[in-house]
Amino acid sequence: MEFTGKLRRMPWLAVLKSVENLGVSYVKGTEQYQSKLENELRKLKFSYRESLEDEYEPRRRDHISHFILRLAYCQSEDLRRWFIQQEMDLLRFRFGILPKDKIQDFLKDSHLQFEAISDKEKTLREKEIIASSPNFIGVKLEQESIYKIPFADALDLFRGRKVYLEDGFAYVPLKDIVAIILNEFRAKLSKALALTARSLPAVQSDERLQPLLNHLSHSYTGQDYSTQGNVGKISLDQIDSLSTKSFPPCMRQLHKALRENHHLRHGGRMQYGLFLKGIGLTLEQALQFWKQEFIKGKMDPDKFDKGYSYNIRHSFGKEGRRTDYTPFSCLKIILSNPPSHGDYHGCPFRHSDPELLKQKLQSYKISPGGISQILDLVKGTHYQVACQKYFEMIHNVDDCGFSLNHPNQFFCESQRILNGGKDIKKEPIQPETSQPKPSIQKTKDASSALASLNSSMEMDMKELEDYFNE
Amino acid sequence: METFDPTELPELLKLYYRRLFPYSQYYRWLNYGGVIKNYFQHREFSFTLKDDIYIRYQSFNNQSDLEKEMQKMNPYKIDIGAVYSHRPNQHNTVKLGAFQAQEKELVFDIDMTDYDDVRRCCSSADICPKCWTLMTMAIRIIDRALEEDFGFKHRLWVYSGRRGVHCWVCDESVRKLSSAVRSGIVEYLSLVKGGQDVKKKVHLSEKIHPFIRKSINIINKYFEDYALVNQDILENKESWDKILALVPETIRDELQQNFQKSHSSLQRWEHLKKAASKCQNNIKNDKCGPWLEWEIMLQYCFPRLDINVSKGINHLLKSPFSVHPKTGRISVPIDLHKLDEFDPFTVPTISFICHELDAISTNEDKKENEAESDIKHRTRDYKKTSLAPYVKVFECFLENLDKSRKGELLKKSDLQKDF
Repeated sequence: MEFTGKLRRMPWLAVLKSVENLGVSYVKGTEQYQSKLENELRKLKFSYRESLEDEYEPRRRDHISHFILRLAYCQSEDLRRWFIQQEMDLLRFRFGILPKDKIQDFLKDSHLQFEAISDKEKTLREKEIIASSPNFIGVKLEQESIYKIPFADALDLFRGRKVYLEDGFAYVPLKDIVAIILNEFRAKLSKALALTARSLPAVQSDERLQPLLNHLSHSYTGQDYSTQGNVGKISLDQIDSLSTKSFPPCMRQLHKALRENHHLRHGGRMQYGLFLKGIGLTLEQALQFWKQEFIKGKMDPDKFDKGYSYNIRHSFGKEGRRTDYTPFSCLKIILSNPPSHGDYHGCPFRHSDPELLKQKLQSYKISPGGISQILDLVKGTHYQVACQKYFEMIHNVDDCGFSLNHPNQFFCESQRILNGGKDIKKEPIQPETSQPKPSIQKTKDASSALASLNSSMEMDMKELEDYFNE
Repeated sequence: METFDPTELPELLKLYYRRLFPYSQYYRWLNYGGVIKNYFQHREFSFTLKDDIYIRYQSFNNQSDLEKEMQKMNPYKIDIGAVYSHRPNQHNTVKLGAFQAQEKELVFDIDMTDYDDVRRCCSSADICPKCWTLMTMAIRIIDRALEEDFGFKHRLWVYSGRRGVHCWVCDESVRKLSSAVRSGIVEYLSLVKGGQDVKKKVHLSEKIHPFIRKSINIINKYFEDYALVNQDILENKESWDKILALVPETIRDELQQNFQKSHSSLQRWEHLKKAASKCQNNIKNDKCGPWLEWEIMLQYCFPRLDINVSKGINHLLKSPFSVHPKTGRISVPIDLHKLDEFDPFTVPTISFICHELDAISTNEDKKENEAESDIKHRTRDYKKTSLAPYVKVFECFLENLDKSRKGELLKKSDLQKDF
């Protein structure tokens, strides 16, 4: 398939994911944040600096990627919001590193009606401008750029009297111009996404794009934990204790529900079953595990063999298409197949009512301080970071040391801490690429993150090729 | 002034709409030069008829159509709404969701009842010369901001007929403003916040925005006469306690004593100013902001706007030259050059001008010949009544609109190099 070669939209997605992760772990705009982000972007070979002639090809690629991502991310409110937020953060960052003399060019290129006023104009209005802006305290205006824009374009500023108005124009300092540009950007992108969503049916019917799009929005750019690197290292009688010590809350609650009800619906079986496969259960163990439990629920053993065991074998790749299904990533759990009444799958931080979540955390003996931090993160829709916080609380560490993307990652990291470094960590799947053995460094380290990034990119390309070759 | 008797309205209105209502100027306004097709035809009017019958979505083909309908229906009240996507009187034939309000003037409604907590002379629907200054200050403050800060050129201020004033901002770009921007403008112009349960309604921060500073300069010109003499806001314990409730506790006792020793509101105000400046120089007192004196002045004098009137594009507002059914007064334009002299009690009532007309007509009939066309008759009629000066103010406003429009057209044709 010729276009799989053009799967360079992945770097853009990886860029946005980096933006998201860093944005949650570091305060946006601080030096730490800026330098970390610059590093990540440089490593991803993302051309983030202002236009240079010889960068035409990379920029063209990135433009195309952006539009492909629009197609993938226009489909739901959640996806749109995420996409817009990351794009805005990225824009803010790139604007922040723009040299002053390039700002006017940027404004012109973006067809924004913003003009910097001359020094003479500034002096005439110096007192008023200083008196209007909350940012200027005892400051001289010489250093500052002031932009003159039609008042209606500065709505958020003038409504709160945070800017000087004269004859229908707002005199906006540079710092506030960024806010206005971002607003414009958000409005335009939001409209564009709505339009894209409307034209999506036409696009989706194009079979070349269909699988790409469906795959993209749930795509996960890290390890997929499908390898059997530590197969057979877990015994069934360990699972109860492991569920409280090393399982992320989503799996902990699924396990608990399974033990209590001796049953799980399809969504729960998929999410939990694949997770168990990921932590190392063999097919035989899995069959035994589920059967034991279901029989307690007064299920007929024959019925189990006929109905459920086939599905378990299927998910291990031993039936039908024989695809080895990969355990669900956090993103997939959060974004697809939300649970309804009677379901226990999904992400508790995303799908549980905050009150219920609070009770659950209390029953897990999390401290009130920790609970309130977690709830704040949930309110800010930072579900995975909330889970990281949970990790930190139950392992009693200040910093979990990784960016959580996958329930099996949670399990691995937990085991590593509990076993003092001798971990049941998995190898990234790539027999053909010569990957160095993964070091025992923290996964937050940029180079190993990049290694797993590259490997999964290869993985995704391979999967898609397979798909098309069938 | 003749006393107005509401029961005479039907007859009076008949005469008013036949002989006095300034149709041609009115149409000239709302047609806006005929530059946009169907602008007048898509305008919504609403009529309140006798016995409170209210009909919306009235629209007219042209001036003559408007005249005929008004004369036929004899409305007690006329409201003006938005310019819609289709003729309002056909809105039922339009596909669901397609009938949309598109443009409208930016309007403000300032109502004296919103000041009941700070005026001692009247309450509710009553007004008197002592509290009318509130309207004067409001108009000066708002009009300055609309002109100097926002750059709006075509502003028509109208007496509502009873207890307030309206402002119609008619610039072309303004008519297109979104609801969000209109709300933003009202927010920019708002300083007095809080209902009955809030004692202190104005809080100023360290930095004073130029809008606030300029507004205070305006209030300063009127404050002594309005607040300290006419309203006498520090006259006695009952009235000055209300003001002491707005100052920090630390200075209240001392002020009480000083107030009791003083003999007039003027003296007491001086004490308050001294105490306020002492207080703010003193400590990092959280409750004592740097601008105590101004906060009190603003609470007593600064305009209070109703955001709901201004933000909605489809909001209906009483039309200029409409009659107020309770007072009989005509909603007349206010001449801003003579703002300080404006007296709502000298605004003509419908009965007054109808009587004026009668008196004149009887005289003239003796001189007139039958061949005079009806229209000529009518165009001279209002001129002979007390309505004349107000129509002149309106015509001034229309001249400016015309000039602007011509200027715009010239600019556009220059750009296109039309000759």
